Amino acid sequence: MTKSSQSHLDRLEAESIHILREVAAEFANPVMLYSVGKDSSVLLHLLVKAFAPGRPPIPLLHIDTRWKFREMIAFRDLRAAETGCTLHVHINPDGIAQDMSPITYGATVHTDVMKTQGLKQALDKFGFDAAIGGARRDEEKSRAKERVFSFRSAQHRWDPKNQRPELWNLYNARIHKGESVRVFPLSNWTELDIWLYIFREQIPVPSLYLAKMRPVVERDGALIMVDDDRLPLRDGEQPMMKRVRFRTLGCYPLTGAIESDADSLEAIIEEMLVSTTSERQGRVIDHDPSASMEKKKQEGYF
Amino acid sequence: MKPGMGNRTVKTGSRNEQRSWPEGQAAGAARQMGMESQHSEAISIAEYLAQHESKGLLRFITCGSVDDGKSTLIGRLLYDSKLLLDDQLATLESDSRRHGTQNGEMDFALLVDGLAAEREQGITIDVAYRFFDTERRKFIVADCPGHEQYTRNMATGASTADLAIVLVDARKGLLIQTRRHSYIVSLLGIRHVILAVNKMDLVGYDQVTFERTAHEYRQLANQFGIENVHCIPLSALRGDNMMSASPQMSWYEGDSLLSLLETIDVSRPEISRPFRLPVQWVNRPDQNFRGFSGLVASGDIRVGDEVIVLPSGTRTRLAGVINPQGESDAASEGEAVTLTLADEVDVSRGDVIAAAAHPPEVADQFAAHVLWMADAPLLPGRGYWLKIGCQTVGAQITEIKHRVDINSQKFLAAKRVNLNEVAYCNLMLDHPIAFEAYADNRALGGFILIDRQSNATVGCGTIDFALRRATNIHWHQLEINRHARAATKGQTPSCLWFTGLSGSGKSTIANLVDRRLHAMGYHTYILDGDNVRHGLNKDLGFTDEDRVENIRRVAEVAKLMVDAGLIVLVSFISPFRDERRMARELFGENEFLEVYVDTPLALCEQRDPKGLYRRARAGEIPNFTGISSPYQPPEHADIHLPTVELTTEQSVERVTSRLLGQTTHV
Repeated sequence: MTKSSQSHLDRLEAESIHILREVAAEFANPVMLYSVGKDSSVLLHLLVKAFAPGRPPIPLLHIDTRWKFREMIAFRDLRAAETGCTLHVHINPDGIAQDMSPITYGATVHTDVMKTQGLKQALDKFGFDAAIGGARRDEEKSRAKERVFSFRSAQHRWDPKNQRPELWNLYNARIHKGESVRVFPLSNWTELDIWLYIFREQIPVPSLYLAKMRPVVERDGALIMVDDDRLPLRDGEQPMMKRVRFRTLGCYPLTGAIESDADSLEAIIEEMLVSTTSERQGRVIDHDPSASMEKKKQEGYF
Repeated sequence: MKPGMGNRTVKTGSRNEQRSWPEGQAAGAARQMGMESQHSEAISIAEYLAQHESKGLLRFITCGSVDDGKSTLIGRLLYDSKLLLDDQLATLESDSRRHGTQNGEMDFALLVDGLAAEREQGITIDVAYRFFDTERRKFIVADCPGHEQYTRNMATGASTADLAIVLVDARKGLLIQTRRHSYIVSLLGIRHVILAVNKMDLVGYDQVTFERTAHEYRQLANQFGIENVHCIPLSALRGDNMMSASPQMSWYEGDSLLSLLETIDVSRPEISRPFRLPVQWVNRPDQNFRGFSGLVASGDIRVGDEVIVLPSGTRTRLAGVINPQGESDAASEGEAVTLTLADEVDVSRGDVIAAAAHPPEVADQFAAHVLWMADAPLLPGRGYWLKIGCQTVGAQITEIKHRVDINSQKFLAAKRVNLNEVAYCNLMLDHPIAFEAYADNRALGGFILIDRQSNATVGCGTIDFALRRATNIHWHQLEINRHARAATKGQTPSCLWFTGLSGSGKSTIANLVDRRLHAMGYHTYILDGDNVRHGLNKDLGFTDEDRVENIRRVAEVAKLMVDAGLIVLVSFISPFRDERRMARELFGENEFLEVYVDTPLALCEQRDPKGLYRRARAGEIPNFTGISSPYQPPEHADIHLPTVELTTEQSVERVTSRLLGQTTHV
């Protein structure tokens, strides 16, 4: 099976392209979740490759929470235009009505309403039967257990104890109306693979990943960037300029920065090789009990 | 396409010679992100990338029984190769205190048992994938559950592995589970096994114990045809022979586990395999381009080479290749490519493009091993979807040759295949496909079976060979065709399929319809369930298997009669949707009308014309439909007869008028 002339990254790339083409061929109305981060950037790059010289037959969907870094939104629109992909943006209208924010409602409620519920609304609204995401098995323990084609009930629920067996690269895409499948083409990639591939392929990513002097406050052990004036400062908090970068991108009040001098892709990869913490550490929401990701995923979170 | 890609040289040889990272490109990328490039770092990372790329990849599984220490072994590999990060370690420590089984010490099993249910019960339910790498190799580990009830999850992990680590507890030696795991490993074609004799610390690092277990295992592996076996004595918990040679076992002269994983050669002997590409996607962005995308399953091909498209057999030449790097003049195994062909030939998803000189076989009947993965048993004659390569076709098991006991590997006679059982079967597809034996080509010989109602993946299988019968018995073209036969009778032949509970009134209505049609001069015949069971089907009983076969035979007979130009009225309980669908699919469009005689069970039981319900209630008749065996009502019957609302005469009228294409007046 193994062909020695193909490098590790070549094999991952071929596997992901194969998965993307299966989605296009097997589903009536698939979509790719585009979250603007590095994994999404790689996915989008692979999507373009999979269907070249044609345009990708799969549109993009961004679940906006209104609390993303400003740069992410600009970058999102630019990339969609450059690749010629159709982009749908959805914001949970209930969240807007309630003026939902991580500040007043906390990370858990905000994430549930704006991301999980927002995603389910968008999938129902457009009638998508397959949603491609950039999750990787090396990210977290319940992700490590998930299939590449991960079945969801009509209520968008994941049943981790009763997953469809998945043999070889034969993915079962058959579903009833209303049911859907979450597809993870990057399942077998690691964080390092992602960066090496971005470097090899020169894939554009938001500059938030690179170190720069940025205004931050230190809060509950995390460095939170003051991206706009909506972040209320607590007593004694004073934004300070620090040389920081982000390992993951999400809602800015929920995304911790790390102090770093890595201001190029090369430097990021070097830094990662000596890193002693995993990337999800910067996510405030994951610091719930250990099974929290599994629980959120069962409820429909990506 | 992103800027800069146009400068990239097209790959023609080894990637490592081709890849270079000119300063201009790196700087371009850096500028895109508003950065200045740093020349010196670009070079060193480029070197690292080259090294990283040339690293091989080994995918392996670990399997063992509940307490053999499988998860501990993986946890230890990750821990000792320093791949656990600070926050993961912190989580592990707190989890160990909360759920751990090591008295508060690090419980490595908690690293891999990622589902809440697994941590609560202390068992592995589903396969978990872990990633690590050393200086020499990258590894993807699939940690597989050992319980028999999760065999399907083990098969999931094993299907993509190059090697298996089979764990045994040194105190217990080989167990039934060891046999089962090794059998599944061999079934899925894994050619390399490392037997890890674990917990050597608990047997005083005794050499004799190890040698005995290793010897027994080699015999077992030999029996299963597993070619390459390595045996290692170790203690995953204490770290003996994990990373390096253990001072406790100086008598052992082989490799430690990690060094074996780093160096073992799992590549296939270099035999040149002919080119095969299952077509995944027809890429047709505009009038000027028509390409065929897919993952090359085996072999190499160059522009200009002659290819054959199967199953149609059309020949043409390769005109061009697009691979992930751009245009190329060749394609080889493992690459995701898009091919263009010299002629405008008809190619669709599921076809196979192959080297014209060495095409694969095409057939529609096979002998294959099937591993059943669903609660409801596999029944011969029932229709399933079969997915192989890039196509999904209708399939049925025509015969179970034998079942293999996965614990003892004994051959047993069987009429059905239950969850987690393996059987050697004959399969029939609804149309021919290009294939290869699984042993020669996993991509063209491995398949999954999908339930047509629930859409669940219910089985997987490996093709052994095509049944010659399929190619040798040609369909004899009759000179007088069905249209000619029908024309002389002045009627449109068709099949009226009456389904409903016993006592629902099927036979009564069918008889009246028959009488009316006959009076009008139509040529008809009735196949009645009870009557057929006296002759053609007198060897069949009422188990699920026999009911399926009963319907299959009747459907085939009805089809022959329709071919002969008749209007056939079939009056059978036919309780299962799957079989009614199978019957329908034997006929052409509009030739088959499903008539649902819808009488509530209570009413049928009250009528009880043959006294059967009374006897069934008394437990005298097993598997009686409606009482002890299910009836699945049609979801979209062509003709619905709610007999509570309709008189018998109205029912008869509704059937005849629909059949004869008149408007219903009822």
